[in-house]
Amino acid sequence: MGQTGTAGGTAAGVAAAEYRPHSDAVWRSLIAGAPLLAVWWLVYRQLAPLAAWVTYGLLSLRAGRLARSAEFFTFEAPKVLMLLVLVVFGVGVIRSFFTPEKTRRILAGRRESAGNLLAAGLGVVTPFCSCSAVPLFLGFVTSGVPLGVTFSFLISAPMVNEVALVLLFGLFGWKVAALYAGTGLIIAILAGWTIGRLRMERHVEEWVYSGLASDQTQPDVRMEWADRLRYGRRAVREVVGKVWPFVLAGIAVGAGIHGYVPEGFMASIMGKGAWWSVPLAVLIGIPMYSNAAGVIPVVQALLGKGAALGTVLAFMMSVIGLSLPETIILRKVLKPALIAAFVGIVGLGIVIVGYLFNLLL
Amino acid sequence: MLKIKVYGPGCARCKETEEIVRRAVAETGVEAEVEKVSDIQALARAGILTTPAVAVNDVVKVSGRMPKLEEVKAWVDRRL
Repeated sequence: MGQTGTAGGTAAGVAAAEYRPHSDAVWRSLIAGAPLLAVWWLVYRQLAPLAAWVTYGLLSLRAGRLARSAEFFTFEAPKVLMLLVLVVFGVGVIRSFFTPEKTRRILAGRRESAGNLLAAGLGVVTPFCSCSAVPLFLGFVTSGVPLGVTFSFLISAPMVNEVALVLLFGLFGWKVAALYAGTGLIIAILAGWTIGRLRMERHVEEWVYSGLASDQTQPDVRMEWADRLRYGRRAVREVVGKVWPFVLAGIAVGAGIHGYVPEGFMASIMGKGAWWSVPLAVLIGIPMYSNAAGVIPVVQALLGKGAALGTVLAFMMSVIGLSLPETIILRKVLKPALIAAFVGIVGLGIVIVGYLFNLLL
Repeated sequence: MLKIKVYGPGCARCKETEEIVRRAVAETGVEAEVEKVSDIQALARAGILTTPAVAVNDVVKVSGRMPKLEEVKAWVDRRL
């Protein structure tokens, strides 16, 4: 048994390592990939004129509300989907280098501060699904990853994710995407650090620390480049396959708002003037676990109608970063006080980010 | 006889994984005992970080995704 030594691991690796490694697969992929990428780029460059042609030529709409909505949709929908495919593939390949097991090894025994920083960074590139939050939490804390460092990981992993970043980049531009990623990381680092400072270990369910430590670690899976590319393709199938209806629905609603909601409509509700808009946006956002993918286009359209960027960022962070289902799952290992601290500290961080950007921009 | 454990706290993909494993066992005709483990403490003891996960004779074969039917067949058949 175990003749291949491929036990464990996420990823294509398990099945893949059983195929003979052949490096010409890389060359074949590159040779096939380069023209694909070129075609992608050419099409991507032509999306704006294409959308105009569909709207005014093919559908022969007259300039007006309907045309504005139609042009918005026919431009944004293919743009965002194309970006998603490319980025999710790239991130998938990057993630094939980072397994939760490896991340845990890196973080085990780290001191706080540096550990929080590292954990937040690794949260971005380690494959993570909130459905595995509990086993991951257990695996981390029982193998010596400090509680606060574990939280830095658990906060950054869902919040700074590639789908949110693609949508922000596609609909708002790189500056907003970078702001989101940067502030998301800072919140993850500081919130995790704060939880560590508060010494909340006793608010973890007792059984967690009682002799659960597993000496069973899963050995790393050797992956060839062909496996990594396969991993990327599977990420595209799984992630894009799941979010595309939400993206399209979101962009469709956004398109409707673009064409039909009057300018300045949102200024009174989500504008800079209303001080309560940021905390309200966060409160509304926490129980929402609507696929963030569907929320961002709607929010982008609202921004055009006078909503303030800080409020909008805060809303998105609370939708993506603090999800009700995840906190309910975590209740299995955390006592209510720690859950409250987690939601409270992260929520507060998001509110501060919201105010900060409303003030600065 | 093989002992196959399917780890998962009850998500949809975990149930589907169990079905795949059972089908693989049935189709290959291998003598195996399939057990679904949904207790979180047992998961932690086995060192599982991401679910669904499948272990054959306590060797973790896949973790964090659903295996394909063909993959599972290869794991169980090789030991015959």
